[in-house]
Order: sequence, then C-alpha cells, then structure tokens
Amino acid sequence: MRFARSGRRSVIPGFRLTMGFSVLYMSLLVLIPLSTLGLWAGRLSWQELWTTFSASRTLAAYRLSLGGALIAAGVNAVFGLLIAWVLVRYRFPGRRILDTLVDLPFALPTAVAGISLTAIYAPTGILGGLLDKAGIQAAYSPLGIIIAMAFVSLPFVIRTTQPVLQDIDREVEEAAATLGANRLQAFVRVILPAILPAVLTGFAMAFARAVGEYGSVVFISGNMPGRTEIVPLLIMTRLEEYNYPGATAVALVLLVLSFMMLLAINLLQAWARRSAPV
Amino acid sequence: MSIEVANVTKRFGDFAALKEVSLRVNAGELVALLGPSGSGKTTLLRVIAGLEAPDAGSVLFEGEDATTRHVRQRRVGFVFQHYALFRHMTVFENVAFGLRVRPRRVRPTRAEIRSRVSELLRLVQLEGFARRYPSQLSGGQRQRVALARALAVEPKVLLLDEPFGALDAKVRQELRRWLRRLHEEIHVTSVFVTHDQDEALEVADRVVVMNAGCIEQVGTPEDVFQNPASAFVMNFLGTVNVFHRRVDSLTPEIDAVEIQCPDELPAGSRPARIFVRPHNLEINTHATGKPSLRGRVQFINAAGPQVKVEVLTEFGEVLQVETSQERYQALNITKGSEVYVTPKEMRVFFDDGRPNSA
Repeated sequence: MRFARSGRRSVIPGFRLTMGFSVLYMSLLVLIPLSTLGLWAGRLSWQELWTTFSASRTLAAYRLSLGGALIAAGVNAVFGLLIAWVLVRYRFPGRRILDTLVDLPFALPTAVAGISLTAIYAPTGILGGLLDKAGIQAAYSPLGIIIAMAFVSLPFVIRTTQPVLQDIDREVEEAAATLGANRLQAFVRVILPAILPAVLTGFAMAFARAVGEYGSVVFISGNMPGRTEIVPLLIMTRLEEYNYPGATAVALVLLVLSFMMLLAINLLQAWARRSAPV
Repeated sequence: MSIEVANVTKRFGDFAALKEVSLRVNAGELVALLGPSGSGKTTLLRVIAGLEAPDAGSVLFEGEDATTRHVRQRRVGFVFQHYALFRHMTVFENVAFGLRVRPRRVRPTRAEIRSRVSELLRLVQLEGFARRYPSQLSGGQRQRVALARALAVEPKVLLLDEPFGALDAKVRQELRRWLRRLHEEIHVTSVFVTHDQDEALEVADRVVVMNAGCIEQVGTPEDVFQNPASAFVMNFLGTVNVFHRRVDSLTPEIDAVEIQCPDELPAGSRPARIFVRPHNLEINTHATGKPSLRGRVQFINAAGPQVKVEVLTEFGEVLQVETSQERYQALNITKGSEVYVTPKEMRVFFDDGRPNSA
C-alpha cells in the first residue's frame, strides 16, 4: 500500500492532518456506533438471539420489510429506467421541471411524504377511494407500505442510469438497425448490457433505502404487529419496551444486510468498469 | 447494386440540408461525396441508408423504389465516423452481431458464424484480435472492425461516413489505400463521405462535389480536378489563387495581361474571378517580356517536394506559388526578393454565375 505522501506533491497539503481527521470522523460517526450495536447484541446468548429472530412477529416484519423493499426497488428499476430514458432522449416543455421533481423524494421530509401519501391512499382519499371501490385496500396494508417505499427510493435508479444513458451514442443504435436488428434486439443486445450495471446499482441503493425507511412508512402502514409492522418499527417498539438487547438483535440483521448491499453495489460498479471501458 | 437518388429534398427545421439532389451510382462503383461541413453530404448518405427520411424525392435500389423501406430491410452496410462499435462486446461479437440478430430460419449456424467472422477478420487484417474489446484497439483497428461488422451481413451497398475522419494523417493514408484495394477485391457498390479532397481524389472512381445542399459537379477525380465546373469546385479542390477582375465576356480566354490591371474596365466586361493554381504560376527574378505581376517574396517554405513561395504583388494581393526544388535553387531568391510572376494556365468564372460565353 502506498501513501499519498510518497507520490507527487498533492495540491492540498497536510496529508497527516486531513487523514487523521478523516479517521476520527468516520470512527465517531460510523465505526463506534456500529460496533456498539454488535456489543449489545453480543450480550445475548445464542439461545436468546435465536428466540428473538425466530419469533413469528420478527419473521413477519423481516418478510414484510425485505419483500416490500424488493418489490418497490424492482418496480422502480423498471419505471425509473423509463423515466431516465424519457429525460435523456426527449426534449419537451417542462423537462427540466420533471428532472427536478425526481429529487423531491430526497428533499422532502419523510414524515411529510408519509402524511400526504396516507391522505391520498386512505379509503377517504382520492386514489384510495377509487381503489377501495375496486376492492383493493391501499393504506394500512402491505400495498401502502410498498407505495411509500417506492416513493422514497424513486430517485436512485433514475439518477444512476441517466448519465450512462446520456453516454450511449445514438449511432450505436443506428448501427444495430443497419445490421438488421429490430427495436427489441437493439434494446436487449446493445442498450441494456450497457446500462444494466447502472440499473442494478440503482436497484441495490433503492432496496437499501426502502428496507431502512421509517418515517413515511409508519404513517401509511397502520403498524399492525405481524401484518403491517416493518423492521425499523419493530426495533422502535422493542426500545420503547426497554428491551435493548432485543432491539439490537433485530437491528444487527439489518446492519449485516446493509453491509451486504454495500458490497453488492461495489461489486456491481467494479463489474461495470470492467465490462464497459471507454 | 446501383443506387439512384431522385430529386431528394431534406430540411431540418429552417435549414435545407438537401435541395432536389439527384445522383446515380453504378453497380460496383466507389463514389466519394466531397464537400465542406454543412454541404449535405452526410445527410445524403444517411438518406441513402434509410437513417433519414427525405421530405421529397425518392431513393431507388437497382431501379426499385426503396424510399419507404426501413433501414433494416435495405441491406446497406454503414460505417460511422466514430465507429459506433458495441463497447461491451468483443471484436468477434461485434462482427457476428448482424448474423446473430437474423430471424431463426435464415440465421447461420454457430459454426458458419464462426468461419464467416474469422474470414472477415482476415480480410480486414485483424486475425488474432477476435477476443479483444474495442477499447483495447487503436482508432484504425476500430474502424476496420466497424467495416468488417458492416460487411458481415453481405450488404448490397457499403456506405461510409467520413470513415477516416477521426484518425491521424499517417493512418488515414494507409487506410485509404487499403480501402481502395479492398474495394477492388470485393467490388461492392460503395459511397463514402469526406471533406478531404486528397482522400476523395485518391480513392474514388467518381467524385461528387457538394455545396450548400446541392451537387456542384460529378466526375472522375481527374475530371473534377482538371475541369472544375464551378468556382466553388475550383476553390475547394486544392489551393488556388483568386483574382477579382472584370473580364470581357465575349472573349473569356483571357490573357495574363488582364490580370495585371485590376482597374481597367473593358466595354462589355463582367465581374469575374480568375483562378490560377499555385503550380501554374511561373516565378522569375527578371521581367521576361511575358505579361507578369511584379511583387516581393514574403515567405518561403522549402520543406517538401515542392517549394511554396508567398508573393505580395504590387496590387496588394498575396499569391501562393509552387515551384520545383531545382528551379528554386536556380532562382536563388530569399525573403524580400523582387520577383515577376507569370500565370501559365487560368480559369475564369463570372460572378453572376452565367457560363462563359465561349
């Protein structure tokens, strides 16, 4: 491993100072809190851990959080790609406004999002009323949770795919057409392989965000244990019961999961760099 | 396969890229579309390919109307200026693409595809590169992959859009000779676009000179160079000296005398431009008795097979003169020397566009 000092002189001096600060900052904010989580959970015996995990309420929460996040991220992968395509490929009035709106779920306080989504999708709301007539319950059901998750994780796929789409030369599609490929073949064989790593990265980030989402979901979910209770809420409940080890045990699984997602994202990006060098 | 373009017009918004252009390319011919940027040459190529739909007019392949035929069905091989290779595919997969996307019943078997691709890679001299990615190739190699890819579908017409435009001078020279040989080998009807007159004159059987959405002249390289049909063609094909004078429209075979006196206006004269190529100007250190322009040497570039001399005339015009190395040695001129320049061959185009009356 080579240190920056051994190379050419950097534009910004003070390697020791900045590096020291970086390590301190990361430790205080990330490493120490996370290792504490491990320590807390470590106080439980294996038996206790197992009972916590295997409790039907915990399992139901995991199933709902992971399943819901998977569906939300999947839906966003498809429609996010579509929106990115529209934003990159077409010029229309209001394109910039639409482009800005994409970031709104990032900027909006999640509680605000939760309240407005609930208002619309509740049986008394505009969309919820229509769905209710069709026999579909949106708010206070897994569907409502998925809607909230999809809302907060919308920007990821769009923002990761947009620059890659922008990079694709129109000529490449024309080349595919002159070689006899139809639209579907051109998309599947030429465009998709080029943007797939970006879409998957966006998918993974959207999934991670959806699993961890709390603020907007608690309003629309109804929070019925075993039915519409998500993992972050379960942790909250355990904390309110002063059951710290129980809360941390549940949280630990989320932590491991996040690490795995992070690893997956990094691997995807490495793959993207290898398969599509300029 | 022959190509016929009939009265094709194409506009982009207010800009008319092609104005009623008609052109015939015979089967097996190698034709260059030559012109400055914005002359419509690339648009014409794309209309032939089916990548642009003309606003009016038609495109015929072998006498058959192909105007509404989709680019997929036209069986044209198209080579893009910036190669447009599929980055995530190896060289092999790039070349095989056109065969793999065929409908199942006309798709060659894997073994057939493999032998066809290796045959093509041999043709473009890229054997052993099959497993590389485009990013691992040089510009010239990428362009040859693009060519092999276009040829894989056995096109009836090969269209090349500034194929060597993005390459450096040395590689360009090699590739254009190579393209000429390749064409002699496979004899597919080919049209290529270029803004480089040397390239057009060296490679093509016939050259189509375009300007502002119109065809100025069609002819063999020798033809367009020796007998340019318009002032534009004369100007575009190589360096040329231009004299703005008034010329007697009754006797357009003018004499060097008329170049001498810019202010004299013979009766019945019309404003015209007189063109003289640098190698058609003779340079002397003394008046020879022949009508000539007096001037001073402003700049000399003796690096090259021909010596380029820049002369500032007494009328304030700057002339480009080319002379042989031997003659340059004999003349013994330096910067500032007084010289006499005599035009040997001239060409006159009247400014009002009417042809010479002769």
